[in-house]
Amino acid sequence: MLKENLVYDRPEGFTDTPTHYCPGCTHGVAHRLVAEVLEEMGVIDRTIGVAPVGCSVFAYNYFDTDFVEAPHGRAPAMATGVKRVMPDRIVFTYQGDGDLASIGMGEIVHAAARGENITVIFINNANFGMTGGQMAPTTLPGMKTSSSVNGRDVETQGYPIRVSEMLSTLDGVGYCVRRSLHDPKNIRLAKKAIRMAFEVQARGLGFSVVELLSTCPTNWGMTPVNSLKFVEEHMMPAYPLGDFKVSDAIKQIKI
Amino acid sequence: MPAKGWIEVSDTYCKGCEICIGACPQSVIELNMSHLTPKGYHPAHTFKDGCTGCAICAVVCPDAAITVYREMTKVAAPISV
Repeated sequence: MLKENLVYDRPEGFTDTPTHYCPGCTHGVAHRLVAEVLEEMGVIDRTIGVAPVGCSVFAYNYFDTDFVEAPHGRAPAMATGVKRVMPDRIVFTYQGDGDLASIGMGEIVHAAARGENITVIFINNANFGMTGGQMAPTTLPGMKTSSSVNGRDVETQGYPIRVSEMLSTLDGVGYCVRRSLHDPKNIRLAKKAIRMAFEVQARGLGFSVVELLSTCPTNWGMTPVNSLKFVEEHMMPAYPLGDFKVSDAIKQIKI
Repeated sequence: MPAKGWIEVSDTYCKGCEICIGACPQSVIELNMSHLTPKGYHPAHTFKDGCTGCAICAVVCPDAAITVYREMTKVAAPISV
């Protein structure tokens, strides 16, 4: 088999460890995009990731970079410390919605308000995946989870939080976009957004966050293919894709 | 004439989630029901000719299990996905 015929191979940013994620979980896609971006930018050797608590708690086993593990929700606070002590490193956090939007809401808002020069990859799959699919702040109205068995009732349980829209109102945020991982086109767009977020950090242009609409086939009780359809039909209308904040300096970046 | 390609699916990583089957534009991928991976999944494989090496299966694969090759006369540049 000739090497020059190779079209696509596993990225170098990954270790050889198979992931523990359920079959069809788009956490794997998000991991792969981050690994490919780090490989393309040639920064694998000087990247420090911050793993959250949630399904992606074992992210440090899968990326071939340095990693630290943060307490639940505190990844942006930890990344702040790492980045301030070692400003020449690329520091990113990888957080789910239970971690970032629920217990870690204070940390993410204040890290964004301070304009910390870190990158946040935010996985929005509308529930707490690791603990058994409980209702998260991002659960859609009427959506059944293991702690809202009759569907989320907005009268008593409130409305979903649109994190990207909220963070985009803060002055410290340089780059804030939402992308989806449900089909090849959107996966490619998501990769471009992740690349841009890391470029923003490499240039010191402020806080960058990429929200990725993701699936949770096991806790949603669907096949992987049907859960991708669910993202397209139900999550995308509630969480519209788009660029919520791209500062003027970032618009000048050409990749 | 369409480009000719082929894929290799890793037994170590493939979990038989079937996402690549729906994404393949040529519909040449299916689960190999006569084979089990060490983890107990039926892995994906190509069951007929027609693969063009477009790498869309690799783009959607959540476990980076698919390696894509393409037959070409010239040296191919790696596709950025």
